[in-house]
Amino acid sequence: MREQTNDKDLIQVEHLVKYYPVYGGVFRHVVAWVKAVDDVSFGIKEGETLGLVGESGCGKSTVGHTMLRLLAPTGGQVKFDGVDILAAPERTLKNIRRNLQIVFQDPFASLDPRLPIGESIAEGLKIHKIGTPQERFERVLEVLSKVGLEDYHAMRYPHEFSGGQRQRIGIARALVLQPQFIVLDEPVSALDVAIQAEVLNILKYLQRDLGLTYLFIAHNLAVVEHISDRVAVMYLGKIVELAGRDELFRNPLHPYTRALMSAIPIPDPTLKREQIILKGDVPSPLNPPPGCRFHPRCPQAMPICSQQEPEMQEAAPEQWVCCWLYQER
Amino acid sequence: MHNDLNPLLEVQGLKTYFYTDDGVVKAVDGVDFHVNAREVLGLVGESGCGKSVTALSIMRLVDSPGKTVAGKILYEGRDLLSLDKSEMITIRGNRISMIFQQPQTSLNPVFTVGDQIVEVFQIHSQLSKKETWEKAVDLLQLVGIPDPERKAHAYPHEMSGGQAQRVMIAMALALKPQLLIADEPTTALDVTIQAQILNLLRDLRNHIESSIILITHDLGVIAEMADRVAIMYAGRIVEQTDVRTLFAQPLHPYTLGLIASVPVLGNVKEELATIPGNVPNLIDLPPGCRFASRCKAREKYGLSICTACEPDLLSVAEGHTVRCWLYQDGEGHKAPLSK
Ligand SMILES: Nc1ncnc2c1ncn2[C@@H]1O[C@H](COP(=O)(O)OP(=O)(O)OP(=O)(O)O)[C@@H](O)[C@H]1O
Ligand code: SF4
Ligand SMILES: [Mg+2]
Repeated sequence: MREQTNDKDLIQVEHLVKYYPVYGGVFRHVVAWVKAVDDVSFGIKEGETLGLVGESGCGKSTVGHTMLRLLAPTGGQVKFDGVDILAAPERTLKNIRRNLQIVFQDPFASLDPRLPIGESIAEGLKIHKIGTPQERFERVLEVLSKVGLEDYHAMRYPHEFSGGQRQRIGIARALVLQPQFIVLDEPVSALDVAIQAEVLNILKYLQRDLGLTYLFIAHNLAVVEHISDRVAVMYLGKIVELAGRDELFRNPLHPYTRALMSAIPIPDPTLKREQIILKGDVPSPLNPPPGCRFHPRCPQAMPICSQQEPEMQEAAPEQWVCCWLYQER
Repeated sequence: MHNDLNPLLEVQGLKTYFYTDDGVVKAVDGVDFHVNAREVLGLVGESGCGKSVTALSIMRLVDSPGKTVAGKILYEGRDLLSLDKSEMITIRGNRISMIFQQPQTSLNPVFTVGDQIVEVFQIHSQLSKKETWEKAVDLLQLVGIPDPERKAHAYPHEMSGGQAQRVMIAMALALKPQLLIADEPTTALDVTIQAQILNLLRDLRNHIESSIILITHDLGVIAEMADRVAIMYAGRIVEQTDVRTLFAQPLHPYTLGLIASVPVLGNVKEELATIPGNVPNLIDLPPGCRFASRCKAREKYGLSICTACEPDLLSVAEGHTVRCWLYQDGEGHKAPLSK
């Protein structure tokens, strides 16, 4: 079997696992585990955008946060340029960290309301003891202009900015250390469409200009299609399909990917299509269904699906899918 | 018969202002639109443009410091703004109901969802508690709540957002309202759950023949659900037409900008169109067209009138109204659509 990652990738995630303990009983023992991320593997090439898409609670943000060690992983490896970030000692990690940044859904929550945004943006430079105050200030102005803001904005406070501007500040803050890789965790989900379009355009432009590599996490498939080179679809802690953008959107293989795609409302009233309406809710990752985790909602479930878990298969060139429809029994 | 000339609901010149310490927020500032019988009217616009305040004004649920200061809300010929409190309660009880943007907060936290549905039934029927409870469970089943007998005993906080939204719809179904106002009923939900909820709303229209005002900022949802659409910008309606015309021939520069900025599945563009700039401050509105500072058409055609006087909402074709100087002359007459 071929592997889903290979040595040419800038980022290699292998068998990543993150369980959250659930405490209970008088002695507050661990009584159960929430399997938020359960054996996830993928690679991202330099200069590429991998879209990670799935519904709320499927574990996509946990993947992004665990990769950067913002959360302690339960197991697995994350290699950046060949070095295992999760196992690296604190000293090596510090150097690597500069190269790995994150932009959150709500940048406002992560900006100090009492600081002018110029200072918030410069924070990373200070932590890494880079440059003189003057040099740092110039660097801040440089990244502000990269995200389409003006010099005078550096003196303003977070509350003076609109949602779209705040998101640009979040991006500027991630850029200031000249990273190679950025996790974008739902960066446009809270924005109105016109503003969302602006931020997406900026992200694309920056990638071309600076050769950035992105993990773009989102629940909106149309947005993911717009920005990604390849796409991974997650369901209940697992990747169920991983493929090139065009392959995935032209010919989705996993029944969940198909349902997800058919559920997206298309802004064209003349279009009449048959929708796949899934039954029921997403089950809890505390107690995921046996076999294929999607089987209780799957329109094509077979007897084996509830008994045994399928494995990732390369069902078509560079198109990986985890489903019994594509696996020999 | 209700039609464009004889609608079920007609909102005329509605103004609802908030009297805050910073000044008067003109959240809804002269809104006109109508809803025909058995149709879904989509109400679309950016965050803060006044969609929710419009809905709350129709329900007469605007609280201090907000106040509806002008306009008419004609429902079956009667002006809702002239009704007294008890008449309005009756209307809300059995004619017009509303599904709110945040379902969990609009259910009563101290009663089980079953009890809340039962209460709705008891307003209208003489059935026993046991019979209404059974009907409540049936409804929960109908809206796709898993294990409805057990879930009927659950409190709102024990439900997911999608389940709470379905309970709200179950209550609306129990009421069989003539008009349902659904304020972003699916914005907080995942797409596969959204598809289920939209299907339920379609059933409500098809089986109970309710009219629906569907508030959303998602043009995809509009294309799939709405018969007609009203586009709102900074407290005003700027365009109103049927859904096909809206997407095939949008006229207002704001509508054009909105449609172009949406990424469409299966249709990847290198760059998305944007609408630069911000919505004007509702406390200190500029003179002239409220969209002028962001309007590309104004620049392109060098229209100086836009920043001086506000255009009217004018009919440019049958059933199609637009508020823009591109389509009217200085006297408020229709200009030829040559541009
Ligand atoms: N209680 C209030 N006091 C002061 N201003 C208010 C109040 N409620 C609403 N507003 C203002 O009225 C305007 C319209 O608000 P509204 O909630 O109707 O917007 P909306 O179109 O529903 O937005 P969204 O898409 O975010 O739901 C906004 O500028 C808002 O800040
Ligand atoms: S009236 Fe003028 S500014 Fe307003 S939308 Fe029309 S062209 Fe643009
Ligand atoms: Mg609202």
